[in-house]
Amino acid sequence: MLEFYRQMSLIRRFEEKAGQMYGQGLIGGFCHLYIGQEAIVVGFQSALKKGDGVITGYRSHGHAIVTGASSKEVMAELTGRDAGIARGKGGSMHMFDPEAGFYGGHGIVGAQVPLGAGLAFAAKYKGDDSVILAYFGDGAANQGQVYETFNMAKLWSLPIVFIVENNQYAMGTSVARSSGQQELFRRGEGFGIPGKLVDGMNVLEVRAAADEAVAHVRAGKGPLLLELKTYRYRGHSMSDPAKYRTREEVKTTREERDPITFIKKRLLEDGETEETLKVIDNEIKAEVADVADFAQNAPEPDPSELYTDILVES
Amino acid sequence: MPIEITMPALSPTMESGTLAKWLKSEGDMISAGDIIAEIETDKATMEVEAVDDGKLARLLVTEGTEDVPVGQVIAVLLEEGEDESVLDEIVTKAEQKSQKPEKKAKADESDDGQSEEAPAVLPARPRAASVPDEEEIPAGTEMVKQTVREALRDAMAEEMRRDDTVFVMGEEVAEYQGAYKVTQGLLEEFGDKRVVDTPITEYGFAGVGTGAALGGLRPIVEFMTFNFSMQAIDAIVNSAAKQRYMAGGKITIPIVFRGPNGAAARVAAQHSQNLAPWYASVPGLKVIAPYSAADAKGLLKAAIRDQNPIVFLENEIMYGHSFDVPKLDDFVLPIGKAKVVRKGSDVTIVAYSIAVREALKAADALAEEGIEAEVVDLRTLRPLDMDTVVASVRKTNRCVVVEEGWPVCSISSEISARLMEEAFDYLDAPVTRVTNEDTPTPYAANLEKLWLISPEKIVRAVKAVCYRD
Ligand SMILES: Cc1ncc(C[n+]2csc(CCOP(=O)(O)OP(=O)(O)O)c2C)c(N)n1
Ligand SMILES: [Mg+2]
Repeated sequence: MLEFYRQMSLIRRFEEKAGQMYGQGLIGGFCHLYIGQEAIVVGFQSALKKGDGVITGYRSHGHAIVTGASSKEVMAELTGRDAGIARGKGGSMHMFDPEAGFYGGHGIVGAQVPLGAGLAFAAKYKGDDSVILAYFGDGAANQGQVYETFNMAKLWSLPIVFIVENNQYAMGTSVARSSGQQELFRRGEGFGIPGKLVDGMNVLEVRAAADEAVAHVRAGKGPLLLELKTYRYRGHSMSDPAKYRTREEVKTTREERDPITFIKKRLLEDGETEETLKVIDNEIKAEVADVADFAQNAPEPDPSELYTDILVES
Repeated sequence: MPIEITMPALSPTMESGTLAKWLKSEGDMISAGDIIAEIETDKATMEVEAVDDGKLARLLVTEGTEDVPVGQVIAVLLEEGEDESVLDEIVTKAEQKSQKPEKKAKADESDDGQSEEAPAVLPARPRAASVPDEEEIPAGTEMVKQTVREALRDAMAEEMRRDDTVFVMGEEVAEYQGAYKVTQGLLEEFGDKRVVDTPITEYGFAGVGTGAALGGLRPIVEFMTFNFSMQAIDAIVNSAAKQRYMAGGKITIPIVFRGPNGAAARVAAQHSQNLAPWYASVPGLKVIAPYSAADAKGLLKAAIRDQNPIVFLENEIMYGHSFDVPKLDDFVLPIGKAKVVRKGSDVTIVAYSIAVREALKAADALAEEGIEAEVVDLRTLRPLDMDTVVASVRKTNRCVVVEEGWPVCSISSEISARLMEEAFDYLDAPVTRVTNEDTPTPYAANLEKLWLISPEKIVRAVKAVCYRD
C-alpha cells in the first residue's frame, strides 16, 4: 500500500511539474496530464508479471513511469532531449519502453486497441502465458476499430484486458453527450466479452479487479472489458479552456474522491505515520526537482538524428 | 528564493496573451492549485493556477495589459518566512528584462540547452547506400514457367517453412484459398494457426497485424484488394510506418501488407485504382510493385525477411501471366533496385507493375520504326532507385514515365521532378508522362479503355520526346 502511495504521488508531482514546465515553454506541443487518474495504472501494473504488456493512448506519462521507465527519461522526452525515452522524437504522446513491456504512447484515438490485440495475438501464437492490457478513453470507446477489435479478440480468445479509463470527458464532450448507451463496461456484451465497472479512484479496488481480470485472461478464458470510473482534474491537454464543466465539479471530485487522499487516509488508519509519508513526499519532491533540472539541461538531439530511426538499416 | 510567476504558455502556439484579470491581490496567501489570474489568448480565456505555495508579494503586470509575452514575469511569490527586502532587486531585474525586445529576452533565458530557433543549417542527409549491381540470377540457372500467382504463393510458403513467426492473415485467405487464389494450399500445409481468416474488418486486422509485429511476429496481411486498404490506411501510416521513429528506434515492425492494386477490369471506380503514390509518399514504409513472376517471388521473400513495414503491391490482371522463374532453393532479390528490362539507346521508358507490360509492347512497336527504347522497371517505389533511372537517361537523354494510375502527385510526377534535379543537363527533351486519365475509373468498356494507358499512348509520347512524328 505504501508503494501505491509512492507511485501515485510520484505521478502526481511529476505531472504537476510537467504542467509548470509547459507554462514556462520548456515543453511543447500537446501535453495531456494524468492527474486524478493515477490509481488506475498503479493498481493494474501491480497485478502484472514480467513479460506482460501494456499499451495506451497519448496520455502516457504515468503508464511509462509505472511500467519501468525512469522519471528522468520521461521528463527529458517531454523537453525533447536526446536523453528522452524516445530520444526526443516522440514527445509527450509517444512514450515507448518495449523492454519493460510498454508499447506506447499512441496519438490516434483508439488505434492502440487493435495494436494491443495484436500483441495479445503474438503472445498466444508464441504460446507464452503473458497478458496484454490495452488502455483507452471513454471517447475512444466510440471508435469503430475498438469494436472490430472486440470481435477478433473474442473470436480468437486473445489474452487481453480492455480497460476504459472513463474520466467522463473526451476533450470537451461528456460521455452523456457522446454515448447513446453510457454503461461503457457493457459495450463488449454484443461480442461476448464480459464487462465490469470499477471505481478507478480507489487503488485497492483497482488492484482487486486487476488481479481477478488478469487471472481470468491468463487462464485462457478470453478477453475482458473493465470500465474504470475516474476523473481528470486538469484540462484535456494544456490548451484547454475547460468551459464544458464547472469548477465546482472539479473541486468536489478533488475533495471527495481524490485517489491519493484516499490511500493516505487508509494508510494512516492502518497505523502508518504521517512522518513516514512525509519522508516519501520529500523523496518524491527531490526526485521531481532533480528530474526537471536534468530535463532542462540535457542536450537536444544532434541534428543528424533527424534522419535516423526511420527504417531498420539492414 | 522568491518565486517568479511568469506568463504561462497555454497552448502549443501561444506567444503572448492579455492578462485579463487578477483573481488574487498583493499580500494574499495562495496555495498550489489556486486560480490566480485569467488570461485571454486568441483562442480562449484560460485560468492560471498557482504551482507553488506562498504569499503573493507583487503583481508586475496590471489587469488588462495586452500582448504580454510568454515567459515574462507577471508576479512574485514569497515562500513562508521569506523577507520582503529581496523583492526590489527582483522586481527591477524583471522590469528591465521585459523592456528588452522580446527575442533578446528569450535568448537570455535560453542557456538551458534548448535552442529557440531551428538550426541554421540542415545537416546533409546520409545517402542510402545504393544497392550494388549484382547478377541476380546466376548464369546457367534452370528456369521454370510460373504464373505471378504461383510465384507469390511459393514465396510465402518458402518463408513460412523457413521461419515459424511468419503467418498470413486476411479475408478469405485460408478456407477459401484466397479471393484471387494467391494463398492456395497454405492452410493445408501450415494449418489455421498460421493462415488466419479474418472478419471483414480491414482497419481492425491491419492494426492487429501491426500489433503482432510489435509483439515479435512477422505478419503477412493480405488485403483482398488494396482498394479496401483505405479503411486501414491509418494503421499502416500512423501505426506501422511511424512507430519506430517516434520511439527513437526502440520499436521494430516487420510486417508485409500485400494484395492486388491498380486497375482491374470493368469493376468501376471503387474497385479499380492505383494507390502506390499514396503509400510511396510515407517515410517509414518500403513500397514494392513488381511486374514479373520472378521479381514478385524474389521481392516478396525479401519483404517478408525485411525488418520494416512493407506495402507490397500486386496486380490482379498480372496474376495469371506466366514468366520464367529461376529454379533456386532460395531466390531473394534486393529491395530498392530497379531493373533494365530492355536495353536501348534512344529513349528511356520508366514504368512499374503492369505498366511495364505496356512499355515493353510500345518498345517493340517503336523498334519497328527504328527507335530503340530502354525500359526501366522500378520494381521498388520507395526507396526509388534513381541511380538506375539517371544512368539510363544520361545515355538516352530522353525519358517517358509510364504509370497505370492517376497523374497528379504520382510516381511519374516524382520521377519527373527528380530528373529535373538530378539529370537536367542530360535531357534533350522535357520528361513526359503517360498515365491514366485524371478521372474516377469508368465502367463502360469504351470509356475504361480510353481512361487506361496503352502502348499507343506510349508510342506517341516517345515520338514526341524524340521529335519524330
Ligand atoms: C482519430 C482521432 N480523432 C481525433 C483526435 C483528437 N483527439 C485527441 S484526444 C481526443 C479525446 C479523446 O478522449 P478520451 O478517449 O476520453 O481520452 P482522454 O483524453 O479523456 O484520456 C480527441 C478528440 C485524435 N487524436 N485521433
Ligand atoms: Mg476521456
